[in-house]
Amino acid sequence: MEGWFDNIDWTDIGQASLDTLAMLGGSLLASILLGLPLGVLLFLTGKRQLLEQPVVYAILSFLVNVLRSVPFIILLIVMIPFTVVLVGTSLGVAGAIPPLVIGTAPFFARLVENALREVDRGIIEACQAMGATTRQIVFGALLPEAMPGLVAGATVTAIALVSYTAMAGVIGAGGLGDLAVRFGYQRFQTDVMVVTVLALLVLVQVLQMLGDWLVARLSRR
Amino acid sequence: MIEFQGVTKDYAGVRALHPVDLSIGRGEVFGVIGHSGAGKSTLLRTINLLERPSGGRLLIEGRDVTKADGDALRTLRRRIGMIFQHFNLLSSKTVAQNIAFPLKLAGTPRSDVEGRVRELLGRVGLEAHAAKYPAQLSGGQKQRVGIARALASAPDILLCDEATSALDPETTASVLQLLGELNRELELTIVLITHEMDVIRRVCDRVAVLDAGRLVESGTVADVFLHPQHATTRRFVLEAEHVDERERREDLAHAHGRIVRLTFRGEATYSPLLGRVARAAGVEYNILAGRIDRIKDTPYGQLTVAVSGDDVDGALRAFADAGVRVEEVA
Repeated sequence: MEGWFDNIDWTDIGQASLDTLAMLGGSLLASILLGLPLGVLLFLTGKRQLLEQPVVYAILSFLVNVLRSVPFIILLIVMIPFTVVLVGTSLGVAGAIPPLVIGTAPFFARLVENALREVDRGIIEACQAMGATTRQIVFGALLPEAMPGLVAGATVTAIALVSYTAMAGVIGAGGLGDLAVRFGYQRFQTDVMVVTVLALLVLVQVLQMLGDWLVARLSRR
Repeated sequence: MIEFQGVTKDYAGVRALHPVDLSIGRGEVFGVIGHSGAGKSTLLRTINLLERPSGGRLLIEGRDVTKADGDALRTLRRRIGMIFQHFNLLSSKTVAQNIAFPLKLAGTPRSDVEGRVRELLGRVGLEAHAAKYPAQLSGGQKQRVGIARALASAPDILLCDEATSALDPETTASVLQLLGELNRELELTIVLITHEMDVIRRVCDRVAVLDAGRLVESGTVADVFLHPQHATTRRFVLEAEHVDERERREDLAHAHGRIVRLTFRGEATYSPLLGRVARAAGVEYNILAGRIDRIKDTPYGQLTVAVSGDDVDGALRAFADAGVRVEEVA
């Protein structure tokens, strides 16, 4: 084993892992808080839905598409001034979260919209026939019925976030991605590269397994 | 109870429902039969305004509800239960939670919900399944949950949207029996739509026939079923009797004598009238087709016979005098 892991500073790796987890946790939470209502609104204002509003839907949909079509690396840079205004810095974990959220919330919103569309229309009709308000339909029927799909969407979003956090390393966010770029790539320390990639791989595996387990638990079909 | 006054429905300029005038009485089981696309589903959904009429007026208990919206609409809907072909239960909720759902929507106090749910579970015979999820139930059980849920808010009217079309014949019979019980015991007004004449025959008091968005015939089930006037109705009746129209016509062509259809209703069904008339008038019969059955609770018999002999006219008069309806079959 001599010479294989010469360049590795395990304290650095540990700190970088914690940073990645903090970025992931913070931005996933914020993406869900922002993307869930946006997705519900997209669904409700869509064609032949409860609050059909073609203009509102077109605007929201366009906004989501614009944000989703900007390559994340560009979004990171474009967002810097806004991030500074928002959290006071564009560096570190705090500085990474705003661009991460803006990058993934629209993505999650689309997944929410799709999950809600999967709910049988008959269930909505039954709720209407029972005299439910739109709010009661959303919270009492739509979201519980779509829960497995929503959790699956959150899992996909979390995994997308892992690779985004690595990219955020480029603009000084810290984390495993930062380590991989600065040491693994720029200083040709292949061992650092291998360890960070392995750590990310384990993280993705764990997230997917956790998501799958939750979906299976929630499914009553 | 429910009154349609020239109710129409258009979709993007296409008329799905031509003016419908119809009155459904309290405590009645009213059936609407039609082929798919005939507009029966639209007609049913105008009653709780899931489909808003494009024209005409809809009166429920004498009140014009055509333009009800907001709270008035929700209050109206809570008094009208509805069950569906595909049950439309919440898969994420247990049987008990599904039945409690309309009560929660109406803001019923939690302490009242539990007792009411238990009562409803008993009503539909599902006490043992309260904690199960819909996916663990059979089709018939799911529909019973649907019925219990529809009854939760103690409605006056129950709408049944092809409620037995996804069920096998045996389960259909038990669900129809339950609907009959509810009608009698709760004085529930039931409006059901179906494409099966058999469903109409078993539970309905009156029936309306829809064809291509038009109401072509309506009346008591016995009248419509035994003496159908419109071609569509006749087809439904023949379907229900599993008769091929062309085969029947060929059978009739081979018979000798006057061909008549005799319809017995009620007690006449059980009296030995044929033999008595044959002896008195000196005629004999060749029975070409026949059926003895029940329409809801009334027994009936319908025979197609070729009559020949001495006094055919006298025989037919004797039948008519005994309360049997006699129709010449061409």
